[in-house]
Amino acid sequence: MTVLALRNVSKSFGPIEVLHGVDLALEPGEVHALIGENGAGKSTIMKILGGFLDPTSGEILLDGQPASFASGPEAEARGIVVIHQEFNLAPDLTVAANVFLGREIGGWRLDHAAMRDATAALLKRLDTRIDPDARIRDLSVPDRQMVEIAKALSRKARVLIMDEPSAVLTHREVGALYAQIDRLRAEGVAILYCSHRLDEVAHLADRITVLRDGRVVRQALRGELTEDGMATAMVGRELQDFYPPKGQPGDQPALEVRGLTVPGRVRDVSFTLRRGEVLGIAGLVGSGRTELAEGLVGLRTSTGEIRVEGRPVAIRSLRDAFAAGLAYLTEDRKEAGLLLDKGLRENLTLATLERFGGWRLDTRAEDAALERATQEFDIRAPRRDMPTGKLSGGNQQKLLLAKVMLPDPRIILIDEPTRGIDVGTKRQIYAFIRKLAAEGRSLIVISSEMTEVIGLSDRVLVMREGRLAGELAGEDMTEDRIVRLAMGVTGEAA
Amino acid sequence: MKLDLHTLGPLVALVALVILGAALNSAFLAPANITNVLARSAFIGLIAVGMTFVITAGGLDLSVGSMAAFLAGIAIIAMNAALPTTGLNWGTILVGMGVAVLGGIAAGYLNGALVTKARIEPFIVTLGTMGIFRSLVTWLADGGTLSLDYGLRTLYRPVYYSGIGWITWPIIVFAIVAILGEWTMRHSRFGRHVEAIGSNDRVARYSAIDVNRMRLLTYVLLGVLVGLAVVLYVPRLGSASGSTGVLWELEAIAAVIIGGTALKGGRGRVWGTVVGVLILSLIDNILNLADLVSPYLNGAIQGVIIVLAVVLQREKRTAEER
Repeated sequence: MTVLALRNVSKSFGPIEVLHGVDLALEPGEVHALIGENGAGKSTIMKILGGFLDPTSGEILLDGQPASFASGPEAEARGIVVIHQEFNLAPDLTVAANVFLGREIGGWRLDHAAMRDATAALLKRLDTRIDPDARIRDLSVPDRQMVEIAKALSRKARVLIMDEPSAVLTHREVGALYAQIDRLRAEGVAILYCSHRLDEVAHLADRITVLRDGRVVRQALRGELTEDGMATAMVGRELQDFYPPKGQPGDQPALEVRGLTVPGRVRDVSFTLRRGEVLGIAGLVGSGRTELAEGLVGLRTSTGEIRVEGRPVAIRSLRDAFAAGLAYLTEDRKEAGLLLDKGLRENLTLATLERFGGWRLDTRAEDAALERATQEFDIRAPRRDMPTGKLSGGNQQKLLLAKVMLPDPRIILIDEPTRGIDVGTKRQIYAFIRKLAAEGRSLIVISSEMTEVIGLSDRVLVMREGRLAGELAGEDMTEDRIVRLAMGVTGEAA
Repeated sequence: MKLDLHTLGPLVALVALVILGAALNSAFLAPANITNVLARSAFIGLIAVGMTFVITAGGLDLSVGSMAAFLAGIAIIAMNAALPTTGLNWGTILVGMGVAVLGGIAAGYLNGALVTKARIEPFIVTLGTMGIFRSLVTWLADGGTLSLDYGLRTLYRPVYYSGIGWITWPIIVFAIVAILGEWTMRHSRFGRHVEAIGSNDRVARYSAIDVNRMRLLTYVLLGVLVGLAVVLYVPRLGSASGSTGVLWELEAIAAVIIGGTALKGGRGRVWGTVVGVLILSLIDNILNLADLVSPYLNGAIQGVIIVLAVVLQREKRTAEER
């Protein structure tokens, strides 16, 4: 008897549909793994199941009956518990206070002793030595994740949804986690397990659902899919005729990076970017791609040798990067790219105000620059002075691209060029990128979208855990090869 | 510039207050009264213009009232000490002015450095320095009053009491600073950077703006203007004590908020601040001239105005969101 199921569920954010008719059934006493690339729709499914999002269409079935949860707490009251990643705890409260947050024992006077004892028992079951009275702030990241797991265990769960619980755990803690999963499975709890670690999926899962571009593309029982088979199922698709034709990069190096290290994030990365080349950087979220780019342009402290067109340069700030001809387009358009409450003009010229007058700003020159930028990048805005937060994602991204191009950089690093924008604008942005390369500029494109990296790039670097895991070019540039390098899976396709 | 009622709200309130004042007492519009109101506004006004920049960049400074008292104290001590060597002349007074302004720069730098380099919340930093400056001036005055030498006081007096015709020097200085401030906020790179930092400091950092340096500069600018206010304040009474400048910080912040600058930063209106300062002084003045309401209720009425101004700002925001 299925406990919790999705039937033909779709979900749209604005005009963009991210889940298309998904069916998923969780059975008691079964570990069901959900795998897929970044952006395939895993977190959306978890949020719908956990009551944090409503489906746009389709049904959620609880014990065979249509159900809708107004909120996470309501889903939890009905036995559906989500283990979040470790950053969802209140840092200044103690471990015990976090575990019992919202369901404290005792009436007006809290029964601290009872909560502490219950927490200690839970933690003992998880084989950890975390003190129930410790504050979350003082715990290590793996310990925090264990507290999050203990918190979920303390709920009487019928369905447990786990969002990459092992991502930050050490080997020993992973063992304790697996033991608890086995125990819960034996008790008849239905478990949905999301993970990027295919070895662990093969080990734990009774049933596997593979998600790609918001669709279920493969369902399999234990033993039916090898790790390689999973990787192939996650990525296997044809490159559509969606990308502009590639160009002919020159031979001269535009940017040479030797031993670039960003403490704690990126280790010893070396590569060369050629004039007129589009170099893709692929890797999982958290593999150090963004940190590498930010280290290169002086937004993070980094060490290593950087040469621009053969000349060594020292880049300690974004100013230095601009002077060396580098520019960086951030992945976080809304929080690091644009001032959402300001107009188009203020945003366009913010990074290059010194070009628009000395003490007195030359508003007319700014307006002229905006006029050129809206033409060149096809930015569509009803009014110039409207807050950029009101523009569509695509127009925001085009404005941000125009802002980054204003200092006339020779080397452009673009982090997630098309995140959260519609298909039409995506094609435009791809065309802009190719055009910039054809003009003799050199580009680095970081993307979580596999097809984008392959469709755009002349060459791809793959990062894994802060290091370069490999470089692919030409025929070797396939999703399969990239995923294997990104996840550290070796061997040939099934 | 687009004209809408919300932007013009403070201005409308100011005009209404002037009409009310004129209706209640014919002495209200007499040049002597107007000069008096404007000259008294000048101290808070100069400080509030600087405060507009600090708040627009996402900061706050609670120490300005104590800072003014402290700067007045050290300026008086410096002038009295210099008198035997430099003699009874404008040179001695220039020494005092220099001490006030340089002291303001140093004090503003201290606040700014603690906020940007030591990364402490502006509220905490300036709550601390507020106590420190206040205590230092009380200690320098040994719990009493620091008085400027009588001869110097006579020489210095005209700086507050005279000017060009009935427009006294404090009014002239305030007007110049207000115009320069408005221009800087609206037309200079510094003003644009200050607004960007207050709007979203991460975007500013990703736009190659030296966020810490700009923040520090706003505190230094405020310190200079506090120093300038002290230069004009000392000749008024010729003394300073532990109770000089009490609550000036709150009046300055209130004026900034009434004028339409967002407390969370990102949008600064210097002209609005000037209007805010005038509103606060007019309320005080009208209550003193008219017998309608006890002047002791001044604070209550100012409080209502501050809350009203913020409510109006919030209505504006939701109107934009719709």
